[in-house]
Amino acid sequence: MSIEKDDFSRRDFIKSSGMFAGGLVLVSLLNPLKLVFATKKPVGKGKWYGVGIDIEKCIGCGSCARACKIENDVPKEPFFFRNWIEQYTITNDGQIIVSSPNGGIDGFKQPVPDEEIYKTFFVPKMCNHCAKSPCTQVCPVGASFESPEGLALVDQNYCIGCGYCVQACPYGCRYINPEKGVVDKCTLCYHRLEKGLDPACMMACPTGARLYGDLNDKESALSVFIKENNCAVLKPQLNTGSKLFYNALSQEVH
Amino acid sequence: MPVQVRRLLLVFAVFIGLMLVLKYFLTPESWREYGPYRGNALLEIAEKEAKYVEMETCAMCHDSIAEIKTQGNHKSIQCEICHGPGYKHADDPENNKMELYQGRQFCLRCHTKNAASPKNIIKQIDAVEHNEGEECITCHNPHQP
Amino acid sequence: MNKYESLYEALANLDGFIYPNEIALNWDLLIVMYPYITGLVAGAFILASLNRVFAIKALRPTYEISLLTALSFMLVATMPLISHLGQPLRFYEMLITPHLTSAMAIFGFVYLWYLMVVLLLEIWFDYRYDMVIWSQQKKGFMKFFYKALSLWVSDTSKESRKTDEKLGYFITVIGIPSAFLLHGYVGFIFGSIKANPWWSTVMMPVIFLFSAMVSGIALVMFIYMAVSYLRKMKIDMNALDTIAKYLFYILILDFTLESLDQIHRIYEADESFDILKLLVRSKLFFTFFIMQIGTGTLIPITTLGFLQFKKPREKIRKILYLIISICVLVGIFYMRWNVVIGGQLFSKSFYGFTSYKVNLIGGSDVSLSLLWFIVPFFILAFLLWLLPPWKKHAADI
Repeated sequence: MSIEKDDFSRRDFIKSSGMFAGGLVLVSLLNPLKLVFATKKPVGKGKWYGVGIDIEKCIGCGSCARACKIENDVPKEPFFFRNWIEQYTITNDGQIIVSSPNGGIDGFKQPVPDEEIYKTFFVPKMCNHCAKSPCTQVCPVGASFESPEGLALVDQNYCIGCGYCVQACPYGCRYINPEKGVVDKCTLCYHRLEKGLDPACMMACPTGARLYGDLNDKESALSVFIKENNCAVLKPQLNTGSKLFYNALSQEVH
Repeated sequence: MPVQVRRLLLVFAVFIGLMLVLKYFLTPESWREYGPYRGNALLEIAEKEAKYVEMETCAMCHDSIAEIKTQGNHKSIQCEICHGPGYKHADDPENNKMELYQGRQFCLRCHTKNAASPKNIIKQIDAVEHNEGEECITCHNPHQP
Repeated sequence: MNKYESLYEALANLDGFIYPNEIALNWDLLIVMYPYITGLVAGAFILASLNRVFAIKALRPTYEISLLTALSFMLVATMPLISHLGQPLRFYEMLITPHLTSAMAIFGFVYLWYLMVVLLLEIWFDYRYDMVIWSQQKKGFMKFFYKALSLWVSDTSKESRKTDEKLGYFITVIGIPSAFLLHGYVGFIFGSIKANPWWSTVMMPVIFLFSAMVSGIALVMFIYMAVSYLRKMKIDMNALDTIAKYLFYILILDFTLESLDQIHRIYEADESFDILKLLVRSKLFFTFFIMQIGTGTLIPITTLGFLQFKKPREKIRKILYLIISICVLVGIFYMRWNVVIGGQLFSKSFYGFTSYKVNLIGGSDVSLSLLWFIVPFFILAFLLWLLPPWKKHAADI
């Protein structure tokens, strides 16, 4: 058997391919091109956004949900929402009726006559922009992330559409955009904030039930709102660090 | 070292090397700029066009209506809540018109009687009892109700 | 719109109140197939390791079949996931820029580890000598193919075979915790979602693991009988009886663990309990009580238990084993269904349910799921032709 001759040429091949592979590994570790790009300053500018909603002022007109759908090109069909309003009606015999017809965009009807009602109110819902958000924790590729200003955003050009974040959000704020195949959610109108405008839902609310602001600034409208009211967050037992503070949140609201 | 182990180590070295090379070439630029995500994503999200222009922009041309509005109960309501988004109209007022009055149902969205709606915040009417079939603007000026 | 027909149907079948975005079930039948297939892999491998590491000699006839079955299903395991993605062409991002806090991202690497280091290596060490011999016997393309498969290591000495044996044993020993990691991980992917009380339990990885073992063992039992029948080979009844015995033991363990989870849930009755009770009793009644517990657990346990004490004729035992293996396979599929689909049927507001209907005709999720379940059998047929266990040369070391 001409082992030596075969082995020699094979050994050569193995040696050269090994060196080639080793060289590639080294090059990839060094990453020379990264040094050329200068790092940009973070756009956060030290802000830490939060949201406040005053349930005692919500009239259930649906302007916020309607404005959000128009501003953000949320698909009208099949009826996904970045924010919506729920109507809670607790009857005298203890029944809890919750409804959100088309997210509340077209307003609400009263489900039972006045005499049977014990307690009733509207609760607007939206992304809570959690500080310890479970949705960004579970994204496998880093397409769901927390911006430096504390907003939970989605990189739609990187999202693979696995839907893990949709399952992980305890508040039901996320959905998979049926046309794009990626995840969509409330961005607190980040594109408007950067231009100095208010988020669409905040601007749309006729009664001032919605507000947002910088939690780091103790003089901001939001910080004052939290100080002067007894605020609560949804599902505090899950420790999501929710930054959506409700005034007059009743215990039936989940 | 037995020949099998040598051969296998080589194969795995090649495989891992290939993975590292792929990782170098396929990792997107601006990755990890601010955190475990593409830094450019922030810019891409911010680039989107804003559709609602807000009252100040409307008032730049429609100052007389804006003036009237500040004296009524609708003073804090944005023009675009009733008239729709204004970005197209603000760019090209002649060719892009805003929506005007849309009928009784539109006003009732806010003003219909609902037990859940706080009475101290908004005036509510019973849609059936209050002039059913009539248009609201027959009696009420929406800019100064 | 035909595309959204199922959503409109679900909207018409709403029960109570759900968050508006919950109308669509994102993780559909394909995501039920994925833990099912990975479970079959882990279970088949555990059966192989029972022979190799725990020296249960009676299982020797099924050793290679278990390994090749595990490999066939492992190769297809990620396909249901990739088919389900909203952007499937971007799947590589999970391996290139994995977000390390995400269980799904880590799973990509656990999968690679298990496929490359455990399964492929173990099969390689077991078959290397045979592949060299076959490469010497064949001609043309097959000769080259076998040589390439053996990585051009042509050593056929006794020492090299001893090394193969030792290293193969070592890999199997690593393989057992790796198999636990593989399927325990899938359980962790569900069990770590605190937002969903049906999924969020410490028991989830353990339950998934033991039900995986049960399904894998039943699969090997079924395949061993099918392959022997197709090749007109005599079935080693001792092997089959031993497989049945281990199936029985692990079924008991699995049933105990699942019962523990449910009893604990019922006893503590926390805030999610009322909606979950309704879920199990109404929406999941058929799939949970009749299919998962009845067909998948109670019938096999009682039959296998009976068989431990009184063994009827060989022919009857074979028929019973066939029926039992199919019952278990179906039952474990419904267990995955109950976890994945069940967890999405109720609203996170705990106030209502949505619905999910599988379109048996024309639904893309059904055809893809069937495809990814049937393809491994073809792969197995190919592997059994390429690496026939019955043509192996005796290990005379």
